[in-house]
Amino acid sequence: MNQTYAVAAVACVVLATVLIGALGLRISRTTSDFYVASRTVNPGLNAAAISGEYLSAASFLGIAGLVLLQGPDMLWYPVGYTAGYLVLLVLVAAPLRRSGAYTLSDFAEARLESPAVRRLASLFVVGVGWLYLLPQLQGAGLTLEILTGAPDWFGGVLVAVVVTGAVAAGGMRSITFVQAFQYWLKLTALLVPALFLLAAWAGDDAPRARFDAPAVLRQHTEVRVDDTVRIDLDAPLSVAVAGTVDGIRHEGRQTTLEEGTHRVESGTTLTFPPGADIPERASTGADPAGWSQPLAGGGDGYQLYATYGLILATFLGTMGLPHVAVRFYTSPNGRAARRTTLVVLGLIGAFYLLPPVYGALGRIYAPELALTGDADAAVLVLPERMVGGLTGDLLGALLAGGAFAAFLSTASGLTISVAGVLTQDVLPSRGVRHFRLATVLAMAVPLAVSLVAADVPVADAVGLAFAVSASSFCPLLVLGIWWRRLTPPGAAAGLVTGGGTALTAVMATRAGLAPEGWPHTLMAWPAVWSVPLGFLTMILVSLVTPRHTPPGAAAILTRLHLPEDLAARPPCEGARR
Amino acid sequence: MTSAAQPPRREVVTGVPRGTRRRPGHAPARPETDEQTPAGAVHVRSLMRSQLRAALYALGTLVLLVGTLPLLFVLPAAVLGSFSPSAPFVWAVLGAGVYPLMWLTARRYVRRAERNEEDFTGLVEGR
Repeated sequence: MNQTYAVAAVACVVLATVLIGALGLRISRTTSDFYVASRTVNPGLNAAAISGEYLSAASFLGIAGLVLLQGPDMLWYPVGYTAGYLVLLVLVAAPLRRSGAYTLSDFAEARLESPAVRRLASLFVVGVGWLYLLPQLQGAGLTLEILTGAPDWFGGVLVAVVVTGAVAAGGMRSITFVQAFQYWLKLTALLVPALFLLAAWAGDDAPRARFDAPAVLRQHTEVRVDDTVRIDLDAPLSVAVAGTVDGIRHEGRQTTLEEGTHRVESGTTLTFPPGADIPERASTGADPAGWSQPLAGGGDGYQLYATYGLILATFLGTMGLPHVAVRFYTSPNGRAARRTTLVVLGLIGAFYLLPPVYGALGRIYAPELALTGDADAAVLVLPERMVGGLTGDLLGALLAGGAFAAFLSTASGLTISVAGVLTQDVLPSRGVRHFRLATVLAMAVPLAVSLVAADVPVADAVGLAFAVSASSFCPLLVLGIWWRRLTPPGAAAGLVTGGGTALTAVMATRAGLAPEGWPHTLMAWPAVWSVPLGFLTMILVSLVTPRHTPPGAAAILTRLHLPEDLAARPPCEGARR
Repeated sequence: MTSAAQPPRREVVTGVPRGTRRRPGHAPARPETDEQTPAGAVHVRSLMRSQLRAALYALGTLVLLVGTLPLLFVLPAAVLGSFSPSAPFVWAVLGAGVYPLMWLTARRYVRRAERNEEDFTGLVEGR
């Protein structure tokens, strides 16, 4: 990979982000401008901004890597991310806009008239937001390390500084332009190289990707193992080893590794002849280089259960992600919120057609990534591998820029929503200065964790954030909007039980506390039981505390469901100009 | 632009300050949509019911078309023993096919929800 081009592309993306942010700042100067502008934002721009914010690096790089490693079953991730917007559209989009809530805590307070539930919801918003920010920062570090050889903390710090600067300076308004730009950048950055790669693939007699058997190397390949791995061999493997395997030093001689499990120390270089099967990486449970947990794990029953766990978490979790909910505030009314969501669904659906292409091509042309664990790099290395020359370098640079745009846009959306909650509920007084302080705080915590806990496998925090959100905010939103008997004690109990158990279960799994077999699968994919648990707790506790039903519940529900032109009109219109 | 014009003060807006927010509970005052009156309550409940029906219909479509796919992929192997769905089928369905389906479901829902609201507005204004 040509580092000069990649560095230039990343620099361009950062520069464009700052410039467009500054432009947005010039356009929106006053409070009223902010509100009026939000009523004249064209749904296309707004939808592009929502999509740009939603498509994180887990989508840009992660899906292709997962497909490379695990095959087409991993396509459930993008399907789930998209379907989440459909569920959001039909159950909460218009009422959430009509509630006038800026954050999920605002919604909780407006609906339940309870400051206590508001504080609890704020806690969850900040928690889910930080869980989601963490992998963005770590991923940026990994990507920049692969692209430029920079130390792995540098990418995270760069993203943190750019995002904090842009958000603190411009707030929500200028970020809208930045994110709309970044959607189109990300789409272009995946689409153009994909066309070149497909042409190269067709010119190569269109070989088929095999997922039911070990990937086969097409040429003489040197693989450098940076992190110690354990590999499983089904058959003896003939390979030249320079480094340490199973504790024995080799000096580049041809060696035959017997079948079974072998330990390859970091820094070892394996040289495979053409046509060799790439050995499978033995699963160690935690894979720090992955974005999301693979579904596989034992028999068919496990796999089916895990698939449904993923489906429930992503379908129902999207509506509760802090940066997604915040976006509905920028639609002028409930009807526009629906239409905007429809456009979003089209935009992210179009985007998700592309990552699987990279995953399949990666399986054919860069299968050794499955061994080194850098599968996320598949998107970035393919142009050099398949097209080569100056064109390959330029396409690689375009992809690098797109990947960085993905880190920046999602991180800025999350920072805004977390900072908004911190300003309103945690810091003592409010005002611009406090919003800026909150922005720094919102970014500093996950950055510190990502620097300190660089080796802790937090990467599947994306999946965890979805599961927690689906088990806590989904019941709150759905019952809050459609059920008039929801009470504050019920909502609080449901949030704690649903979200708390999902969080505990996943954390316990990551800590290695879950016994193997079914308990492990059940705890690694909690959504199947924690979402019903959250709903049930909310309903049952609400039913036994009917005295706590908020007095304004009926009026609020009316406001949530009535079209604005009916609800907002004053009783005596004739008296007005 | 004249030099006399003072540049407006720049502000960052993050939401309505909590203290100044209007207390909920007294928003709609039209008798037809006011929950306090029996007629208003009936109207609003009927709108909510029709919107919920539209939403559940769309969700049902999603569950039927997409939610059953994992079973569909597993079922042949479970029933026939060895047969598993051909890889191209899984690729075509999950990689491309479901997206237009979901979008069409969404568009149908949006139309239906807007029609419900128009019907409701007509009902209320038509008296």
